[in-house]
Amino acid sequence: MSYARTLRCRKCGQEYPLQPLNLCESCLSPLEVSYDYKAMAKELSREKIAGGPTGMWRYRDMLPVEGEEVDIGTGFTPFVKADNLGGELGLDHLYIKNDCLNPTYSFKDRAVSVAVTKALEFGFDTVACASTGNLAASVAAHAAKANMRAYVFVPSVVEPGNLVGTAVYNPVLVKVDGNYDAVNRLCAEVVRAHNWGFININLRPYYAEGSKTIGLEVAEQLGWRAPDCVVAPAASGLLFTRIWKGLDELYMLGLIESVNTHMYIAQAAGSSPIVNAFNAGSVHIHPVVPDTIAKSIAIGNPANGYHALMIARQSGGGACAVDDSEAIAGVQLLAQTEGIFTEPAGGVVIGTVKRLAASGAIKRDELVVAFITGAGPRTQDILADVVQPVTVQPTLESVERVLGVIA
Amino acid sequence: MGKRQVMFTFPESLTKEPTIYDIGHRFKVVTNIRRADVTESRGWVVLELEGEEQDIEQGIAWVASKGIRVDPVMGDVVEG
Ligand SMILES: Cc1ncc(COP(=O)(O)O)c(C=O)c1O
Ligand SMILES: [Zn+2]
Repeated sequence: MSYARTLRCRKCGQEYPLQPLNLCESCLSPLEVSYDYKAMAKELSREKIAGGPTGMWRYRDMLPVEGEEVDIGTGFTPFVKADNLGGELGLDHLYIKNDCLNPTYSFKDRAVSVAVTKALEFGFDTVACASTGNLAASVAAHAAKANMRAYVFVPSVVEPGNLVGTAVYNPVLVKVDGNYDAVNRLCAEVVRAHNWGFININLRPYYAEGSKTIGLEVAEQLGWRAPDCVVAPAASGLLFTRIWKGLDELYMLGLIESVNTHMYIAQAAGSSPIVNAFNAGSVHIHPVVPDTIAKSIAIGNPANGYHALMIARQSGGGACAVDDSEAIAGVQLLAQTEGIFTEPAGGVVIGTVKRLAASGAIKRDELVVAFITGAGPRTQDILADVVQPVTVQPTLESVERVLGVIA
Repeated sequence: MGKRQVMFTFPESLTKEPTIYDIGHRFKVVTNIRRADVTESRGWVVLELEGEEQDIEQGIAWVASKGIRVDPVMGDVVEG
């Protein structure tokens, strides 16, 4: 038995039995899983977790699952001290959480692993999502592992080449003859009509809990403490809220001593509704129409934007948007200092850390963790002009002359 | 009959118009407000529209044509 007890509305407190449901029926706010933390605290210890599997399921006691896990080998990804990058940015204690190294190359595997496990528990034989990249690949891979049918909805504007990393797992790819808004509307309708586990709709509260494990890992990998500063990307804002929830739960369970973490949201300037609200001092997120190369975090109407905004404010953190050229520079800087190749979302995070360090918002001696949530190869087209070879003749003389090296 | 959960975001010029009353009268949809915050200058309303799919669709198109932004309450579902 897990320690999950109900789905609870953050806004009005209404509770619901654990079921496939994402919005509170009375106020239409997002629901989240609530647990019996007292019972959980009795069972959990640092030692028990450390003795568990080397992956996200070492935190199983903190996740809302009953059945056998659908696990493709996700989690416990590298956590490295980034001294070269830190030196470049003027930070003495900068760390990278490298979640590029998940089975489908992004942190989404954490969320989807829990969501698909729940889908099986709820008796669904079909899972679905709407995505053109990271989420699509992860859902398709987990469905393959779980022997479930997967429907992946994509807007017709998406290039077939972008779908290879999803199609290889053989989901049913459903190309929708319409724009992003049309696909959004269609999916909401499909969920009402069919008994499918829609990963980021009716399974969303469980999906969310999976994201939490990235925060848990960071605290454990730091030797059971919370960072001084977190810089993480936000699309819907869900991941950002769950990093915070993970730290908060560890504190509640007595597994870390305190949480004084300043939480910083990173968004692409072409899709920054949460940052806009932060800067305007507003509590309402005004949706935008995204226009950025950072497609994986291009969400104009973020489902968890309000909660993410509150966390950034209340933690004494902040929010920062960087433009596409800063994102690309960030991708290159991370690759060239730390040997880690991330996608534009990671470039946005590095660009944000750079700005926050330069402005003095983040201080040199603070322990900063930059969350790098997706790998570079899927989006390498943004970097076409980095390929600048020098040409030589196939002779030693030519090599020495062109490279300016004499034996 | 179907239901649609949407958020209307009003620009400054339209916060004083009875848009929600109007949509219920002009189209065969029942409006049910769940959350709202409307000030002098700007505002938003989260509500559920109930009616035939076609009526909901027409009602939303009419609201949007007045310059009010209409978004699904659950946020964008299509992820990158
Ligand atoms: C690489 C990457 N980073 C971050 C995010 C942000 O996720 P969220 O919607 O939880 O804010 C996403 C997904 O949308 C992603 O693909
Ligand atoms: Zn509620």
